Amino acid sequence: MIPFTYSRPSVAAEAVEAVTADPGASFLAGGTNLVDHLKLGIASPTALVDVRDVVGDQVEELPRGGVRIGAGVTNSELAAHPLIRARYPLLSSAVLAGASGQLRNMATTGGNLLQRTRCPYFQDVTTPCNKRAPGSGCSALEGYGRDNAVLGASEQCVATHPSDMAVALLALEAVVRVLGPSGEREVPLEAFHRLPGADPERDTVLEHGELITAVDLPAPPKGARSAYRKVRDRSSYAFALVSVAVIVRVQSEQIADARIAFGGVAHAPWRAHRAEEALRDRLVTEASFRVAAETEFVEARTGRENAFKVPLAVNTCAAVLRSLTGATR
Amino acid sequence: MGPAGSCAHDRLTGVLTGKPSGNETRSRSGRKPALDTTITLTVDGERRELTVDNRTTLLDALRDGLGVYSPKKGCDHGQCGACTVLLSGRRILSCLALAVAHDGAEVTTAAGLGEGEELHPVAQAFLNHDGFQCGYCTPGQICSAVGMLAEVDQGWPSHVTEDLGAPVEFDEAEIRERMSGNLCRCGAYPGIVDAIREASR
Ligand SMILES: Cc1cc2nc3c(=O)[nH]c(=O)nc-3n(C[C@H](O)[C@H](O)[C@H](O)COP(=O)(O)OP(=O)(O)OC[C@H]3O[C@@H](n4cnc5c(N)ncnc54)[C@H](O)[C@@H]3O)c2cc1C
Ligand code: SF4
Ligand code: FES
Ligand code: FES
Repeated sequence: MIPFTYSRPSVAAEAVEAVTADPGASFLAGGTNLVDHLKLGIASPTALVDVRDVVGDQVEELPRGGVRIGAGVTNSELAAHPLIRARYPLLSSAVLAGASGQLRNMATTGGNLLQRTRCPYFQDVTTPCNKRAPGSGCSALEGYGRDNAVLGASEQCVATHPSDMAVALLALEAVVRVLGPSGEREVPLEAFHRLPGADPERDTVLEHGELITAVDLPAPPKGARSAYRKVRDRSSYAFALVSVAVIVRVQSEQIADARIAFGGVAHAPWRAHRAEEALRDRLVTEASFRVAAETEFVEARTGRENAFKVPLAVNTCAAVLRSLTGATR
Repeated sequence: MGPAGSCAHDRLTGVLTGKPSGNETRSRSGRKPALDTTITLTVDGERRELTVDNRTTLLDALRDGLGVYSPKKGCDHGQCGACTVLLSGRRILSCLALAVAHDGAEVTTAAGLGEGEELHPVAQAFLNHDGFQCGYCTPGQICSAVGMLAEVDQGWPSHVTEDLGAPVEFDEAEIRERMSGNLCRCGAYPGIVDAIREASR
């Protein structure tokens, strides 16, 4: 670990300015991902700028039924917040499915969105990895491939995004509020995380020095039911093999509308537009659920070790739809 | 131990002497940027001041800097819970917290939970129920349990809480889920669960 300076500004613009002006600087929030990366040698900033005094730590109501989540709200506080539990139980469930009690007490909303892949080669500086060392190659293509993405991957990188929270936020159509050197901008979560393409070193569309200040949620869809389901190797304290967030509204035995997002299948949390389209106006039956979920994965590309993810994701999605709609056939 | 261990010696020297650990960089202006910081921590009720290399974790500051050996280093990567301490009553992992980011913090370790000679009720329950064998994970388990019971008192739900809108029904499944961040190589889990169940009454 190389030495670094530490500062803790009290004004957001100062934090942005400090990181923008210094290519070696990095924001620090809860530290649960970044401190690990300092130790592993994956990140080697020469200046850390602590953002905890400049990003909000409150969940506030917005006009028209939405909420604003300060980027500094911890994962624990978010999951336990009365407004979130009442209006967005899907989000509470997803956050509670991640990490451990201690980690959720440290981890922040902003940091959670920006956590990096758990690809074992990314975390091992002795192996080639295009995300960590652009141009060095991708060890996961021929190596251990059980965690690899099945959708939207490239020849350069097949990593998956590890966040549970982000999968729920995607289904809830969250908007990320960002402060940069030239002011504020809003990025819909769906446009926030990138697919790897030819430059997998970039996880998101954020530029160096851009600060996440908050995440806005629109009012939850009326009359809909929702659930988050995570499948993993042990029942707690493990990352997802696949996960799914579903919001569905049924009207006279038919799917009026559905929103579906998958975790563990791609470089970004994955919004399943094809499956949603295939469900519209369908009768609530097992057959329609399966056909819709399978539609999402027609272009899946799998390897030796991760082919199981496709049936796992399809089955999980169908099971969640079944339990939410009470389908009996 | 990899990159973390290779500079542990430098870091420890920095922690103990309060002097920069040698390989510091110079800023473009030629002025030395501060790579060490003097912080105060209130540890188990006692106010302590120390100078840390900014790279020092809270865990290393406690153990190597202040000689507080109650929190343990298991994995040093957030994966085992042995380093759990309470920060203003909230359980956290001291191996992933930078000491410099917690200047002024109130830290409670398992050693500081009791009143004088008297064990904290959670610690006493671990004793009553054989909640440990080698004891390495135990300070982390106990801090985690104390923090977790406070979370339950505040009505915080967990992954296994059926109804997010209703009060928590605190049963064995809740204990196991909420304590999943604390691993025990000796497998003392049945005793740990019994101890926590008793302490929660
Ligand atoms: C053992 C273990 C198990 C875990 N299991 C899970 C799991 O099952 N599911 C899951 O979803 N997560 C899991 N996590 C990951 C955890 O959720 C993340 O590490 C955490 O959410 C990161 O938040 P943080 O505040 O600690 O971020 P930090 O580590 O402080 O920062 C992470 C990154 O975000 C940047 N950053 C932070 N805040 C901002 C901001 N406001 N604006 C711009 N940049 C910012 C930092 O520069 C850094 O690059 C696990 C972690 C560990 C260690
Ligand atoms: S999948 Fe991506 S992160 Fe993993 S080794 Fe390949 S390039 Fe690196
Ligand atoms: S030593 Fe901190 S979690 Fe293992
Ligand atoms: S008692 Fe030995 S590790 Fe838990």
